Amino acid sequence: MRKFVLSLGLSLLCWQWAALPLQAFEIEDHISVGPADARQVLRVISNGDAEFFEPTIRDFLSSRPDVRVDYTVASSSELMVAMGREGHNVDLAISSATDLQTKLVNDGLSRKYVSSVTAQLPEWARWRDNLFAFTQEPAAIVLSRSALAGLPIPKSRQELIGLMREHPDRFEGKVGTYDLQTSGLGYLFATQDARTSETYWRLSEVMGSFGVKLYCCSSQMIDDVSSGELALAYNVLGSYARAKGNPDEVIVMLPQDYTIIMMRTAFIPKTSEAPELAGLFIDHLIARGWEAAPGAVSVSEEDAWTGEAQALRRIRMGPGLLVYLDRLKKAAFLSEWSSAILQ
Amino acid sequence: MSGSIRLRGSIQRRLIVQLLTGAALLATLMFLVVQSYARDLAGQSQDEILAASVTAILDSAAVRNGDLTVDIPYFAFSMLGNISEDRVFYTITRNGEFLTGYPDLPKPMAATDTAPRFRTDSYDGESIRMVTATRRMSINGQPDFIEVTVAQTRYGLRQQLAGISRTVAGFGLGFFVIAALFGILAAQSAIQPLRQLAGSVSRRGLSDLRPVSAPVPAEMEVLVGALNGFMSRLKASLARSEDLIAEAAHRVRTPLTTVRTQAEITLRRVDKPQNRQAVREMIRAIDESSRAAGQLLDHAMVSFRSDHLEVEDVEICRLTRDAVSRVVPMADLRDIELDVTIPEAAICVKGDAILLQSALLNLLDNAIKYSPPDSRVYVTVRVVETGVEITVQDNGEGFPKADMGRLTRRFVRGSNTETVVGSGLGLTIVNEVARAHGGQLLLTNSSEKGGACASLYFPLA
Repeated sequence: MRKFVLSLGLSLLCWQWAALPLQAFEIEDHISVGPADARQVLRVISNGDAEFFEPTIRDFLSSRPDVRVDYTVASSSELMVAMGREGHNVDLAISSATDLQTKLVNDGLSRKYVSSVTAQLPEWARWRDNLFAFTQEPAAIVLSRSALAGLPIPKSRQELIGLMREHPDRFEGKVGTYDLQTSGLGYLFATQDARTSETYWRLSEVMGSFGVKLYCCSSQMIDDVSSGELALAYNVLGSYARAKGNPDEVIVMLPQDYTIIMMRTAFIPKTSEAPELAGLFIDHLIARGWEAAPGAVSVSEEDAWTGEAQALRRIRMGPGLLVYLDRLKKAAFLSEWSSAILQ
Repeated sequence: MSGSIRLRGSIQRRLIVQLLTGAALLATLMFLVVQSYARDLAGQSQDEILAASVTAILDSAAVRNGDLTVDIPYFAFSMLGNISEDRVFYTITRNGEFLTGYPDLPKPMAATDTAPRFRTDSYDGESIRMVTATRRMSINGQPDFIEVTVAQTRYGLRQQLAGISRTVAGFGLGFFVIAALFGILAAQSAIQPLRQLAGSVSRRGLSDLRPVSAPVPAEMEVLVGALNGFMSRLKASLARSEDLIAEAAHRVRTPLTTVRTQAEITLRRVDKPQNRQAVREMIRAIDESSRAAGQLLDHAMVSFRSDHLEVEDVEICRLTRDAVSRVVPMADLRDIELDVTIPEAAICVKGDAILLQSALLNLLDNAIKYSPPDSRVYVTVRVVETGVEITVQDNGEGFPKADMGRLTRRFVRGSNTETVVGSGLGLTIVNEVARAHGGQLLLTNSSEKGGACASLYFPLA
């Protein structure tokens, strides 16, 4: 099901199954940057595209000629599997699924790291000195300019619902959002939505009534909006949409009623064999890592979106995020969501 | 003087130590009490918020479509994150069967009633605080027990306590420092009247034996009373001593004068040469006794006055001239010429005029006694550096070298003085006077053949 299409420069990619111990989680991609006989190796597991992270890694290595970075890409839930059940040897875990990262830290799988760089992070960008945010990325609504031709561009969810109801012909079969069953990030966005406003359920029902298409990933939704296959994609990573979407075809809208801000986070696993190096990489990510996520904003820019959207809801790291990861809660939420959206 | 006083402890030091110890004890006690209070309070607030979380979860339990649902509210956990960054664990069981959460969380205590149960345990290597509560539900007429446990690590609590401890320790230290300062000041001011008394007593003159009249603190009443009593007894005793000395001088000298007069009358009456010789020897012995008695009384007087020296400005030149004029008759008897060199200017030293004169007379007396007849005695007064030097030099045999070091001891006489009447107290008196005035007696011979030279040195006033 994880058909992560990597339309990336394949020259960068080298699948190194042999170099890795037997994996019991699904690897989507793997790159190695740096000399093969490096004295130190930093093993990173991440759900961020290798294509985007590679320049940041190269940057990190430019002053460290004797270091190699093994960068393994896995989905956020596979990352959870890798970290939680496997006790897999990883030196740094990077993920956009703030909730899963929080749970891993809460469950004691991480170690503490304090540096002059992390000390300067705002309160909301670190938790327990274990988990560190290095990007801010909004959940956006992406609209196709051609599909909406002649219609007013909605500024909020309410306006969007109204627009869809008035013009069902434009949206029928052309609405997309995350499949919460498979996408951890989609689930995080949806639960934060549901927690914030009842509008989410109304919107889900409306989207369901148009025969919504479910996606695993933001990039595919953006591609489909760009190609006109979708008129609307809901809860797309705004950062990706801005970076990938052609502004002539794609409108990236941050709803004014509220915009969920996701943070990409990193922590050093307890079992890390190179915690110092991992710490330095965290410092590097805080300073430059937001460049790795296209369109993302640095955590040092507190007021990045003021003007565009009045109500920013930053996902707060902390035990609250454990709630929707609860087995019963998740089952209940997914069943409610299914009944709303799949109809 | 303090060298002879045996010291044991110090009131001031003891006071300071006691006050400091008290302050330290109080500061420590305050620290412990406040810390324990803060620990209770912080623990209580953690318990309360955990209990609120448990209650919120229990309240979310509901029966839907004949089955039980537990819908953990978001705030049940997010509120735990509001106060600290502690790790949160939870377990929900239904009739003892694990439903959701962390299955390996320590088992809570058995329920006795519906009140929340609190417990401190450890999980995953960390100390945790657990709160458990049970709710009885009824599903299809069957009783159903939902038990919710929420646990939190105590890192935030420890951090909070560490912060409070630091603050309280700072307060305690500050309290101690202030108390210590006050303690030291108090100890010093407590001792102050004692120092004042000691100062005023030691500054007093010799004959000032008045009772202490300045007001003193009540605690010193006994001491000052005793001191006053002692001084009045001393005053009486001194008066008696002086009386006794005068009485003794009178009683010894008067009969000796009578005996000598009678002996001289007898000498005129006896004709036999051997009898005359015996009487002469008698007279000589009487002279010797009389002189010894006089010297003894002199010495007693000098000792007394030296011990209780009363100083005033004494003009040395005049004093010397007086002394010389008093010995002129004695010198004339032996055809001895006194060659006196005294500067015109007034030279003053601090001292007791009677003692100084006594010393000088003794030196002159010695010089005249031990000089051969028809010779010269030189008396010189001159200023040297910071003092004045009075030199008396004769042409006698000089001081025997072997005896030079011990001539100033009592009753010690030179080995070459058999023929001259003397008590062995003269130089002792001179030496004592010199020392009592911070001066010095120097004995030399002016040449190999003799010529005793005695120099008295006194510091200038």
